[in-house]
Amino acid sequence: MDSIILTHQLGGLLPEAVFPENKQYSEVIVPADRLHAFCESLKTTPNLLFDYLISLTAVDWKDHFIMVYHITSTKYRHTVVVKTPINSREHPVVDTLSDIWKTAEFHEREVYDLFGISFRNHPDLRRLFLDDDYGYPLRKDFTDESRMIVK
Amino acid sequence: MQEEIVKNIILGEDDDYIINVGPQHPSTHGVLRFEVSLQGETIKKVVPHCGYIHRGIEKMCERDTYPQIIHLTDRMDYLSAHMNNEAVCLCVEKALEVEVPERVTYIRTILDELNRIASHQLWWSAMGMDMGALTTFFYGLRDREKILDIFEESFGTRLIQSVNAPGGLMQDIHTGFQKRIKEFIRYFRKKLPEYDQLLTGNVIFRERTEGIAKLSLEDAIQYGVTGPSGRASGFSCDIRKIEPYGTYPKVDFKEILHTEGDTITRYKVRIEEMYESMNILEQLVDNIPAGDYSAKMKAVLRLPVGEFYQRVETARGELGVYIVSDGNKSPYRIKFRAPNFSNLFIISKLAVGYKIADLIAISGSLDLVIPDIDR
Repeated sequence: MDSIILTHQLGGLLPEAVFPENKQYSEVIVPADRLHAFCESLKTTPNLLFDYLISLTAVDWKDHFIMVYHITSTKYRHTVVVKTPINSREHPVVDTLSDIWKTAEFHEREVYDLFGISFRNHPDLRRLFLDDDYGYPLRKDFTDESRMIVK
Repeated sequence: MQEEIVKNIILGEDDDYIINVGPQHPSTHGVLRFEVSLQGETIKKVVPHCGYIHRGIEKMCERDTYPQIIHLTDRMDYLSAHMNNEAVCLCVEKALEVEVPERVTYIRTILDELNRIASHQLWWSAMGMDMGALTTFFYGLRDREKILDIFEESFGTRLIQSVNAPGGLMQDIHTGFQKRIKEFIRYFRKKLPEYDQLLTGNVIFRERTEGIAKLSLEDAIQYGVTGPSGRASGFSCDIRKIEPYGTYPKVDFKEILHTEGDTITRYKVRIEEMYESMNILEQLVDNIPAGDYSAKMKAVLRLPVGEFYQRVETARGELGVYIVSDGNKSPYRIKFRAPNFSNLFIISKLAVGYKIADLIAISGSLDLVIPDIDR
């Protein structure tokens, strides 16, 4: 599907969605409270059928986090990048997407482990790689005096 | 009192018998632990525990410059080292809008396919060995040695080549490169049918793999299982076809697709991929154009502000590199969508209801490389 038609389609699903410029894929910014409903309609709308979540991650922009989802359709081969800002730094929470795409469950555990972002309604939110009392290393303010060399 | 201790320690909460496969078990091919709940010999539940070899590669990349990152991505999936490096290079080149010389794309694609064959050879060796057929290990490693010799002659390194750099290659190929590859193809076309004679037709092997651990197409897409494991279930996920890069658009090859999805089908897909890789090599090896082995690059690479994503097909599935740049010489955030990470967790669904011995065959057929999961 052409990216302009795709953008138009996505805008029809959620009027408050914002579409920034992206050279590679169509991109859409969705408010955190509408994320779950929006993604559900991405998967079920017949001419979109975004059924394969490629990648899920977060970016720490110091005053806020942004969740980034790369989703594609195995039938139509179009790809979309969905982004959601999270404003709280002390208690960042966002809805889980593991009931829509199962692979999100494990990517979300990784994000919880490395960023400390919690996922509402997640079936099994435990740390994946690190110990429970370790900090959140991919946050920009993370320091570890014994193991890190700061230039 | 004694009974209570036995109940609490040996039997888990639900009266299950729990054993740990790993973290130092040979069949996990690295430090990974499966917590397996058993009833008799039948598996009731598998919980994978990872993190034993977590090195924080994504955090280290935030500190390093782009040419330095190449030496870290090598060490994620060390059996597809060249493809990992290529993914980063393509992403950086896309961001800088650099056009690499045609010679580079040809050599990169040839190295990709050599790397894929070498990886599948090692997988075949190890899978047979896990299931008790030690001979496969000698057969596979004997043939893999030929490819490693080609790498060594040109680049001086064997397992991980580190020959890619943003803009091209670090050094040109050896003059004997093409001749050696043609020799290898001639040799391996004779040897690959031996693999089938030795293992594929073996009655014990077939009994243990046929109809075991069927992965449906829906589950493959839901869990994001890509690469040969996904294609055995009919999930058309070959990035070389979907988003072609390098010389793949110019090459005539087919994506190996099967629909059965059991352990032997995942095995067959990889065997057929080795034939297909040799076909690709034959089309390319005589046509490497003359020219530079690298584009002119600045000494310090600064990516423009923005976000860049590159998908690449490694020997195990889809690798994604996501770079967020703030205009500095190192990335603000880099994320690797590792194929093995997504392929691992399906095992807790696949292995349930089968015997503990089947777990070894199933994890062998998924072809996991643990450092790629933990990163």
